[in-house]
Amino acid sequence: MGLLSKKDGKLITDPLTDNNPITIQVLGICSALAITAELKASLVMAIAVLFVLGVGNVVISLMRNIIPSKIRIIVQLIVVATLVIIVDQVLKAFQYELSKTLSVFIGLIITNCIIMGRFEAFALGNGPWKAFLDGIGNALGYGVILIIVGFFRELLGSGTLFGIPVLGDAIEKTGVYSIGYENNGFMLMPPMALIIVGLLIWVQRSKNKALIED
Amino acid sequence: MIEHIELFFKSIFIDNMVFAVFLGMCSYLAVSKKVSTAVGLGAAVIFVLAVTVPLNWLLDQYLLQPGALVWLGPEYADYDLGFLSFIMFIATIATMVQLVEIVVEKFSPSLYNSLGIFLPLIAVNCAILGGSLFMQAREIETLGLALNYGVSSGIGWFLAILAIAAIREKIRYSNVPPALRGLGITFIITGLMGIGFLSFGGMLTGGDDESESSTELSAEKANTIQIEDNKELANNTKIIE
Repeated sequence: MGLLSKKDGKLITDPLTDNNPITIQVLGICSALAITAELKASLVMAIAVLFVLGVGNVVISLMRNIIPSKIRIIVQLIVVATLVIIVDQVLKAFQYELSKTLSVFIGLIITNCIIMGRFEAFALGNGPWKAFLDGIGNALGYGVILIIVGFFRELLGSGTLFGIPVLGDAIEKTGVYSIGYENNGFMLMPPMALIIVGLLIWVQRSKNKALIED
Repeated sequence: MIEHIELFFKSIFIDNMVFAVFLGMCSYLAVSKKVSTAVGLGAAVIFVLAVTVPLNWLLDQYLLQPGALVWLGPEYADYDLGFLSFIMFIATIATMVQLVEIVVEKFSPSLYNSLGIFLPLIAVNCAILGGSLFMQAREIETLGLALNYGVSSGIGWFLAILAIAAIREKIRYSNVPPALRGLGITFIITGLMGIGFLSFGGMLTGGDDESESSTELSAEKANTIQIEDNKELANNTKIIE
């Protein structure tokens, strides 16, 4: 159980590309789009989902033989809601301004389809170690997309990364701004997140022809 | 009365659940291949929102807000059960959806059959939980306004899924590049529709009081108006942070 076998390794690498929760499985879109205006928010959301999915997968997997089938959705919801409450309280305690930015979307991790989807598809039928790896893999796949979208939106929208100006100073007109470059404020608006994810899907499916729909 | 009308139009066009805050995207993308199924799901979402948002408002008002337990006795005035919001809201939603399913099955079997699998799936639709959470975050004041908010948010979502389903039906025979077909082009079209809906942003600001809620969205809207002015833009990026 110490070493990662090849099959276990696939549990982590598959969701990063070929079975990506956002672009292929079409899960977890809501929060992926709404909070990616800042790279920091994207990173924190990715970590939050990593925690909830990892721990949640293990808990559900440990309980999988004693959950009655009729109420399994309710049990899953309770497990997720509890973990999200923990994340929310920790975030409010240590990163208050960020929790204000993320506001409702931390709560919406509960209904994040990735989490319920992985519970149903994997944790209910597999052992705790595999379930943990699957949770980590899917959360990483989700996090990768979030970080890419957040990167482009923040860079092109405000010229900063993690709040640090990287293209020069917009007011003093140093760096790239001196030749007339302007921040594309539109990138910070919600619709651009949709378009960026659409373009990411285009790139991904061009590289891997097997994923193209009819 | 005027605030009801304002909230109604604001929730449908300006704070549209799909285009402004991206709620319910998973089912939005999955169900929008045909207009008939989209209409069914949209109607179900309106119905469930209309039932759960007022109910969660009551819960929030008398149980979860800081100091809400005063009706039990003055010694409870300091209790703040806000951290239980998530679990209480999702429990209410799951229960109400189950109840609605039973009632619909009993009184209108044809409606039940046409809704099919969508009704139970709505319980985990983020639009429903999102509706309640936004109702709480925006501190909606009365039960009537909460009902208004639920119904109008649902109508906004319904409009969005209806539009994308109609467009997707039409583009089935267009020459979309292979790698963009299906999911990719849907994302891009939804983005373009979102840009279109941004044009509604100025709809309710011609009035006397500037009582716009101080959400991040308002700060971002202010950005695009002053995009020419670099100094204002730099200031506004600080507001977003």
